[in-house]
Amino acid sequence: MPFSNEEVLQFIRENIGGEPVSVSEPHDFLTVELNPDQLLPLVGALKSHPQFQFTFMTDLCGLHIPEQVGKELGVVYMFHSWASNTKIRFKVFVPIANPLVPSMTAHFNSANWMERETYDFYGIIFDGHPNLKRILNVDDMDYFPMRKEYPLEDQIRNDKVDSMFGR
Amino acid sequence: MQNLASFPNPFNGIIPAEKEEFVNDLTTLNLGPTHPATHGVFQNILQMDGEKIISGVSTIGYIHRAFEKIAEHRPFYQITPLTDRLNYCSSPINNMGWHMTVEKLLGVTVPKRAEYIRVIAMELARIADHLICNSILGVDSGAFTGFLYVFQEREKIYDIYEEICGSRLTTNMGRVGGMERDLSDVAIAKLKKFLKEFPPVYKEFEALFNRNRIFMDRVIDVGVLSKEMAMDYGFTGPNLRAAGIDYDVRVMNPYSSYEDFQFDIPIGENGDTYDRFMVRNEEIWQSLRIIQQALDNLPEGPYHADAPHYYLPEKQDVYTKMEALIYHFKIVMGEIDAPVGEVYHAVEGGNGELGYYLISDGGRAPARLHFRRPCFIFYQAYTEMVKGMLLSDAILVMSSMNVIAGELDA
Repeated sequence: MPFSNEEVLQFIRENIGGEPVSVSEPHDFLTVELNPDQLLPLVGALKSHPQFQFTFMTDLCGLHIPEQVGKELGVVYMFHSWASNTKIRFKVFVPIANPLVPSMTAHFNSANWMERETYDFYGIIFDGHPNLKRILNVDDMDYFPMRKEYPLEDQIRNDKVDSMFGR
Repeated sequence: MQNLASFPNPFNGIIPAEKEEFVNDLTTLNLGPTHPATHGVFQNILQMDGEKIISGVSTIGYIHRAFEKIAEHRPFYQITPLTDRLNYCSSPINNMGWHMTVEKLLGVTVPKRAEYIRVIAMELARIADHLICNSILGVDSGAFTGFLYVFQEREKIYDIYEEICGSRLTTNMGRVGGMERDLSDVAIAKLKKFLKEFPPVYKEFEALFNRNRIFMDRVIDVGVLSKEMAMDYGFTGPNLRAAGIDYDVRVMNPYSSYEDFQFDIPIGENGDTYDRFMVRNEEIWQSLRIIQQALDNLPEGPYHADAPHYYLPEKQDVYTKMEALIYHFKIVMGEIDAPVGEVYHAVEGGNGELGYYLISDGGRAPARLHFRRPCFIFYQAYTEMVKGMLLSDAILVMSSMNVIAGELDA
């Protein structure tokens, strides 16, 4: 039986000693925004908790929201407790000038490549990652493609006239 | 590991004494991106001591097509062809998962008939994916005939897809709110024929492999994956179930009326290659069971929801009614704005939990779409799993993990 969002939220409040930065429940999925330093201890506590048992990390991905000045780049974590079928989502936002987030490889080995992918596309530096290199793009790329300022089409090519392609 | 210097030198007398130190060196093997034994383009650079693998580094990204970036510039129905090409051996599952994600965001309820047709398509795709994995495992261990037998059956599945949506491999099947057309009589006849003709052929394939002494010697206790390692490295799907954990998205968070069907979840004991082969084997039988139940109990009713903003209207209406014409124009030109929201939906793909994380900010295209690709997440464990193994065993382990390059890179 899944734990209710309120029960999990109460535990989170106790663990971090206060209110998280923001809480929302889009489509009943508990989504909590945290500060980067609160993340690893909380996830460790949820993972080893005898009732909650959030022992599986479903996903880790990056976000870029240019409108949130000072908190442009974000990382989204989703955890799943198979024992009770409860899901939870954490978001951590960092400024684009200094995008440093502690690495989740401390708790889950599956975070290894997922954090490399997030670094490859957004440029978020994960503190404590054993091998933070690009994974899907070429190694000598010097920009971060998924950031919103990077356009979809390669601007260096001259053979695609914008007006002919409806742009 | 034993020190090689303690073995008697097998090259005694053949290699002159001053070159003897070459016998103990490690070699670097590039199991390169294009290789007949890898399922797609990904590279493993292995450091080997003779035939034994000491360590390895995986390089992926050779088939990275920037789907997540493209998806930020496309309306929802133009993202469906992108999802086809994730796990291209079982495209209907990817398509349906994406449509269900959009329906969750929009709050559209799909009628029962459409859900049953979707289940039939998804289970056919699962059978197709597992047929490839198991027969290619046979090919990699040297047995080619089984592969030819089951690929003829895969052709029959392609014929059924062609009746439902028009394409064979990258199906672009279904629409937001249901299916694009009802199951025609020809499709139902082909399905019934498939359900009758496939089991005897698959039993022949099983007779070739399941209790074959040589095959069993090659795959039992090869590539053992423990439960703790599986959970730690994010394994889901048949690989996880072979390790002994019964997590299946269809059972834990049912979608598309899966709760209406009776089926079992096969689980392995040791987590070795033989267990992965047998779990997929048994899942094919369970999928056949589900398809039979869906076909027998196919409810009457509409094959799509009433979602005029996202579901293309009938052509007769487009040519005669004004509202239908306007909706058709807006949908095709991508002028429909999606509601603001954030949703995550997962389906049980051929390799595990295939998830779609969609954030919409009210525009015509998603603000962020992330594919939770099971192959990408569990392939990290490969270099750990093959440490200390012989090269031919490592090839079998890669084969049995069913790594599809399209899902690895997206």
